[in-house]
Amino acid sequence: MSTHLGLPDLGGLADVPTTDAPQKAKDYKSDQEVRWCPGCGDYIVLNTMQSFLPTLGLKPENIVFVSGIGCSSRFPYYMNTYGMHSIHGRAPAIATGLAVSRPDLSVWVVTGDGDALSIGGNHLIHALRRNVNLKILLFNNRIYGLTKGQYSPTSEEGKRTKSTPMGSLDHPFNPLSLAIGAEASFVARALDSDKKGLTEVLTAAAQHRGSAFVEIYQNCPIFNDGAFDVIKDKDEAARRLIPLRPGEPITFGPEEEYGVVRSGFAGLETAKVSEVGLDNVVVHDPTITDPAYAFALSRIGGQDLEHTPTGILRQVSRTTYDDAARAQVAQAKQAKPADLQGLLTGNDTWTV
Amino acid sequence: MTRETMASPANGKTEVTKLDRVVIRFAGDSGDGMQLTGDRFTSEAAAFGNDLATLPNFPAEIRAPQGTIPGVSSFQVHFADYDILTPGDRPDVLVVMNPAALKSNLADVPRGGILIVNTDEFSKRNLTKVGYEQSPLEDGSLEPYQVYEVAMSTLTQGALADTGLGKKDAARCKNMFALGLLSWMYHRPTEGTERFLTEKFAAKPQIAEANLLAFRAGWNYGETTEAFANTYEVAPAKLPQGTYRQITGNQALSYGIVAAGQQSKLPVVLGSYPITPASDILHELSKHKNFNVTTIQAEDEIAGIGAGLGAAYGGSLGVTSTSGPGVALKSETIGLAVMTELPLLVIDVQRGGPSTGLPTKTEQADLLQAMFGRNGESPVPIVAPCSPGDCFDIALEAARIALTYRTPVMLLSDGAIANGSEPWLVPDVADLPDLSVEFAAEPNAMDGSDEHWPYVRNTDTLAREWALPGTPGLQHRIGGLEKADNQGHISYDPDNHDRMVRLRQAKIDGITVPDVTVDDPTGNARVLALGWGSSFGPIGAACRRVRKSGMEIAQAHLRHLNPLPANLGRILEEYDTVVLPEMNMGQLAMVLRSRYLADIRSYTKVAGLPFRAAELAEVFTDIINDTRPEGSGETDHVLTEATE
Ligand SMILES: Cc1ncc(C[n+]2csc(CCOP(=O)(O)OP(=O)(O)O)c2C)c(N)n1
Ligand code: SF4
Ligand SMILES: [Mg+2]
Repeated sequence: MSTHLGLPDLGGLADVPTTDAPQKAKDYKSDQEVRWCPGCGDYIVLNTMQSFLPTLGLKPENIVFVSGIGCSSRFPYYMNTYGMHSIHGRAPAIATGLAVSRPDLSVWVVTGDGDALSIGGNHLIHALRRNVNLKILLFNNRIYGLTKGQYSPTSEEGKRTKSTPMGSLDHPFNPLSLAIGAEASFVARALDSDKKGLTEVLTAAAQHRGSAFVEIYQNCPIFNDGAFDVIKDKDEAARRLIPLRPGEPITFGPEEEYGVVRSGFAGLETAKVSEVGLDNVVVHDPTITDPAYAFALSRIGGQDLEHTPTGILRQVSRTTYDDAARAQVAQAKQAKPADLQGLLTGNDTWTV
Repeated sequence: MTRETMASPANGKTEVTKLDRVVIRFAGDSGDGMQLTGDRFTSEAAAFGNDLATLPNFPAEIRAPQGTIPGVSSFQVHFADYDILTPGDRPDVLVVMNPAALKSNLADVPRGGILIVNTDEFSKRNLTKVGYEQSPLEDGSLEPYQVYEVAMSTLTQGALADTGLGKKDAARCKNMFALGLLSWMYHRPTEGTERFLTEKFAAKPQIAEANLLAFRAGWNYGETTEAFANTYEVAPAKLPQGTYRQITGNQALSYGIVAAGQQSKLPVVLGSYPITPASDILHELSKHKNFNVTTIQAEDEIAGIGAGLGAAYGGSLGVTSTSGPGVALKSETIGLAVMTELPLLVIDVQRGGPSTGLPTKTEQADLLQAMFGRNGESPVPIVAPCSPGDCFDIALEAARIALTYRTPVMLLSDGAIANGSEPWLVPDVADLPDLSVEFAAEPNAMDGSDEHWPYVRNTDTLAREWALPGTPGLQHRIGGLEKADNQGHISYDPDNHDRMVRLRQAKIDGITVPDVTVDDPTGNARVLALGWGSSFGPIGAACRRVRKSGMEIAQAHLRHLNPLPANLGRILEEYDTVVLPEMNMGQLAMVLRSRYLADIRSYTKVAGLPFRAAELAEVFTDIINDTRPEGSGETDHVLTEATE
């Protein structure tokens, strides 16, 4: 159980100033020429972000994008907000310092599968466990794009790349399972090509107070083209994608003929609705405090994308590190005036 | 040392000897509470008005095997009736709580020195543990010393017989017995210790009582037995007027950071990961949140500096504190701070290296790491305090440079300064520098557009503007990629890169730092002793000895290592010989030689301990007499009797 410091349950944007001035997508476009490869999934995510942000009605100067290194991490340069393109893997750490000291900012981290899960894995899990008020967007193309195509921590086993001509040996991370294991308070997944689904997830992430982790499946047409084709092909998608809708039974398939049911100890599996009955299909509730449920959901999907849950897996309320850190400072200030002379002098002096 | 003896008015049998200075070392097992004992004795000396300096020395292990040499912990305190510079080379008095402490410390005691020995621990078993075949108390090997054998454990147990405390717990208070005895011997005021014990154990009245009883028993033991022929007095020092307190380097450094926050009116955000000997900065700053200080114990050193840099980007005074191994991890982020030109304090409390090295020992071998330990041309200003108290001023100075020039600044303290303590003239807050900063408020594009260009520079300082997120109309992007001069877009243009490299260098080279001052009393010295960091004390003390013996030597000490003071080159030329002692393999010497083509005589020692004044006096004397072969190693003879 988390310690409650008596902090009010606020939204993620509670302290961020808003404006009534109408905003358009183009207000969020910087004057920089976008330099991703033609057809890169990053373009679609950028466009979605630029058309989504105006709906928040925030003052644009109070939005900050902090990224690491990778193709995806060029993102901040293309946004007409404040931004820092930092170093490989460290964006969550830098964003933590910013978010702790500036509650009036909406802070977004943009990272890649290598950036977040390889070199920056440590910072990611610690940001999530602390529940810093950050929105972390992991652009997962299952490859190292910027360094021209080595396998990544999300590449499927046996992947042949320049660095693994005989096939990769490592077992991939499931980013959602990892985030839930770190007790992230908000965990979601979306597809670059699904503008509507992505917008919904981004909206909920922005409003969430605490760390919001969003995995975005992103196609890299140059080094890992078609990595997500099986869930983009219309027929296959219908069979494989499991859209999560809070309050509704988790069903999927072209005719909604499949459902997610309980299995074993705290597990979930898919079954034919006709065989188990709709009553036995799990009704999705992302607010369940115990991470076991969301974890089980994340395990339904595997590296082969046979089943792929999308939407919000987990959304729970938990004290954020930054709120708590500021509360301690406020409490200390109230308890004791900032008497510098008193501090320097101390209690044990002598006079010459 | 000067002495003057007279009969004690209080006790006809003991004589009171007046001394100008004394060095006492308490040594025992890590579990014997020697650091606390030394600390208390220091506070008593401070309260009495002596000048003092301390040198704690303890193992890296929390509890090495009991009674062994690696488990020995010691605390040396030097106090005097004049201003002293070092914790002292050799103890005049060595208090040993067990055979291991005797064995590992005896070599440092000069002949004729006083040994106060807790005989209770000199059992066959304990002696064998450290390789004594026969007890040194019995084999005559201690004849050159004045030995006082005191059964401290037994006497303490006796004094505590009525407290209901078990024998083992009672014997634990023997360190307070030792403190009481020494307090009696040196006429120390005792109220402070009594108050301290009462407060420290307020929640455990029985323990408080036991410690007080042991402390008084030690005092009374000296007063009533006739074992001791002498007591000693060291008069208060004639220090500059003012209010003093005792302070350690890490504490002063933390206060300096708090003060920098107040003087700049910025929130302070420290991101840090625990590491010896820097952790106390994290601990200390965590106590002062009422000064708008936020401390983040990060998951590692990289995250610590990342949080500091992120906070700096948002308009806080960002700070990170660590030791050498942590600096290695932070290098890439320091580079990012160089590139993004954001203010940031990077504190390195140096310890013995390489790798994990000697965590609790001191060294100054991170200078080149601080100066060059990053990829690319990545200049960073470097400052170093010269004493525990100086840590306060150097923290303010580091903040001034960081905030004025928008740059990460490396602050190189070390283990000796961090844990050492000295009387500190409490500064008047009204005299502290104003560090207030101005944030960008208006677009500054040089093409007249309404944009903000992040790399437009102040023509004096070459600092770029600090435009905080949240400021309307100044949205811009920064990062680790090379940026176009002024405008700040990503640029791979060769000429631009060359220009930006030179601009970043020129900014650091152009930082105004005070001239270095030379202490050359007669103005006739031909040899200059130069130093930086914590070797200030031993070098200064050595210079005093040399001068006392009738020779001339000048001393100069650098607090700014990058950029170097503008007058340094001229000063190096003014002397026939410049000798530079360093606790490394000659890192500053290397920099100065290449920078000034100066013929620097480097004297180096990397033993994990501060230089001894006597050792440096010998080196300086040889150099003055021109009898010292170039590159010769350590000396082992000591200049006799000298003030330091
Ligand atoms: C310290 C460091 N190590 C290595 C690199 C090289 N590097 C840059 S991006 C990258 C991998 C990026 O992969 P990912 O995070 O998946 O981003 P993508 O390019 O696929 O969007 C690597 C290894 C670097 N820039 N810095
Ligand atoms: S390499 Fe791949 S991920 Fe990178 S920009 Fe090109 S298409 Fe996009
Ligand atoms: Mg990738």
